[in-house]
Amino acid sequence: MRFVFKTDYDQDIRILKHSGYWWSYGVLLAVLIAAPFLLGSYLQSQLVFVFIYAIVGVALMILTGFTGQASLGHAAFLAIGAYTAGFLQSHGVPFIVYFPTAAILTGVVGALVGFPALRLTGIYLVIATIAFAFIVEEVLARWESVTHGNEGMRVRALDLAGIPVPRDSEAFYFLCLLVLVGVILLALNLLRSPTGRAFVAIRDSETAGKSMGIDLAAYKVKSFAISAAITGMAGVLFAHKMTFISPEMFTLLLSIEFIMVIIIGGAFGVHGAILGAIFMVMVDPFLTALKDDVPVLAASVASSFGMAQDAATQLQDKLSKIGSAAGLKGAIYGLIIMMFILFEPYGLYGRWLKVKLFFQLFPLYKRATFKRQKTYVKSERNR
Amino acid sequence: MLDFIQQLVSGIALGCVYGLIALGFVLIYKATEVVNFAQGDLMMLGGFFVFTFIGLMGLDYWLGFLFAVCGMAVFGMATERILVRPILGYPQFSIVMATIGLGYFLRSIAGMIWGTDDLRIETPFSAGVLKVGDLVLAHDKLSVIVATVILCGVLYAFFNYTRMGTAMRATSENMLAAYYMGIPVKRVVSLIWAISAAVAACAGVLLAPITFIHSNVGLVLGLKAFPAAVLGGFGSIPGALVGGLIIGVIESLAGFYLPQGWKDIAPYIVLLVMLVVRPHGLFGPSMRKKV
Repeated sequence: MRFVFKTDYDQDIRILKHSGYWWSYGVLLAVLIAAPFLLGSYLQSQLVFVFIYAIVGVALMILTGFTGQASLGHAAFLAIGAYTAGFLQSHGVPFIVYFPTAAILTGVVGALVGFPALRLTGIYLVIATIAFAFIVEEVLARWESVTHGNEGMRVRALDLAGIPVPRDSEAFYFLCLLVLVGVILLALNLLRSPTGRAFVAIRDSETAGKSMGIDLAAYKVKSFAISAAITGMAGVLFAHKMTFISPEMFTLLLSIEFIMVIIIGGAFGVHGAILGAIFMVMVDPFLTALKDDVPVLAASVASSFGMAQDAATQLQDKLSKIGSAAGLKGAIYGLIIMMFILFEPYGLYGRWLKVKLFFQLFPLYKRATFKRQKTYVKSERNR
Repeated sequence: MLDFIQQLVSGIALGCVYGLIALGFVLIYKATEVVNFAQGDLMMLGGFFVFTFIGLMGLDYWLGFLFAVCGMAVFGMATERILVRPILGYPQFSIVMATIGLGYFLRSIAGMIWGTDDLRIETPFSAGVLKVGDLVLAHDKLSVIVATVILCGVLYAFFNYTRMGTAMRATSENMLAAYYMGIPVKRVVSLIWAISAAVAACAGVLLAPITFIHSNVGLVLGLKAFPAAVLGGFGSIPGALVGGLIIGVIESLAGFYLPQGWKDIAPYIVLLVMLVVRPHGLFGPSMRKKV
């Protein structure tokens, strides 16, 4: 175990705490750079989705995890980014212009959503963001001169200063990786700056923050704007990855998936957003694989335990019938959300920290370190 | 003018359904500060229960109604025990997400068990109409309005004149103080979930002849009941109904007089305006900040 003896504040807020970080993150980056040359096109494509989800995850982490403002409307921000990209691209605007334009426009919309948030906390905010997302979805479906309505909109391949970058190319992968790394660095730097500390103060206690001289209004709007702008960037990449966008892709369910990213990963750090993104993107192919393999496996196990061949075959049929039932995915998503909230409230990254601490303190680890405090007094209503 | 009244009545009937769902939100929110995003899905499940009892098992309508409501009450209690009690007292958002997860789960399971087709049941209100002058009022819509009025009266009496109702109000004021006063808070909370699920089941059964029974009906209606609950002030029982009526009427009139598309978002626009102008709703208590 390594003890970092901190002697000044700069050391405390350093992003790379000690030399070990250089090694581990250097290796990770090297692996990610080598990945497209080692992996097949399918996994590479999945990794691109992981990057896009992770960008949204980081955005939500800034807003929900660090400022304490919940949002179930991030699919709308993604949609605004995606549609801005699609619209501007079809009018011949180059990528280098419409990428930042989409981010800025989404950020402005995010700031506008942030204004009602000044008076709202907790559940009211969640409902307001849902309402906002519905309105955006309806506007996208009706504003046909710009969005082509429910027919959807084709997005041409990305054109980077004359070089075409198709959705499956390595170049697109590297672009997404670059944006993700940039967003992560931005988030880390933001969160160790005075702004980031103000966000955390707002999360922990608005009243206390206010009495320390934090301008609640300004910082809440800022947090919304930053989070929305980052989501808008993800939206541009999303549009180019999908090559086709339509309003029904950006529903409440997508917003819930984004929230799942940070709940599953853990909302209190960048690691969580990334782990959650990996989980959310990979759970679907994993389930598909399970659907094919589990019935066969179960049947062979059953027959090896002495079950008759007919009965084993019947079991296999039954299981594969359940596996291919429509809507099984929704049930599993629902179960995943409930299980994580009940049993792993700090998410995957929290589990990693627990395991790490267990080995660091080996015989002395105690469970209560990570126990959350329950409050039964009416805090939310009076806050 | 006739059109207007016709729209008004169907808006009121729709509003009563929103009001009933919103009532479920409000009951649970008042007592435990939990917002149950799965309320609409509980309603959907109530509809499927009644379909099972009446459509599949061939019971009498009223018997099936009773069984479905009781079944949902037990289901609500079980949900509270398994899902909500372990995380009560943690930040609100995690409970919200847990109920969203529950909603997801119930929708899928209902779709898997009962299929994804529209189901319908025979009710005493299915076909008849009441004619008042030139006005034509369908019985199924009238039944929703009448049932809502009765249900509200019963709940009002329960909360104001019974011992358990008083205990529930005390719990919703301050859970910790209620504990100290010897109120069995856990049992009270369980019971509130049961009542709330039963109210949702009533809504589901009454709605069955109007919208048919479908696994996604809860999501759509549940999300529209939020504006209703917020409009009335989240912690107010009469507010939920009034909010529901306002939203129902607005939606109905917007569908009739405004261009296509406004009908679906009108409730949310009203909601956003309300949140900006008066976040605590029409009937909600104005909140003060405490450190």
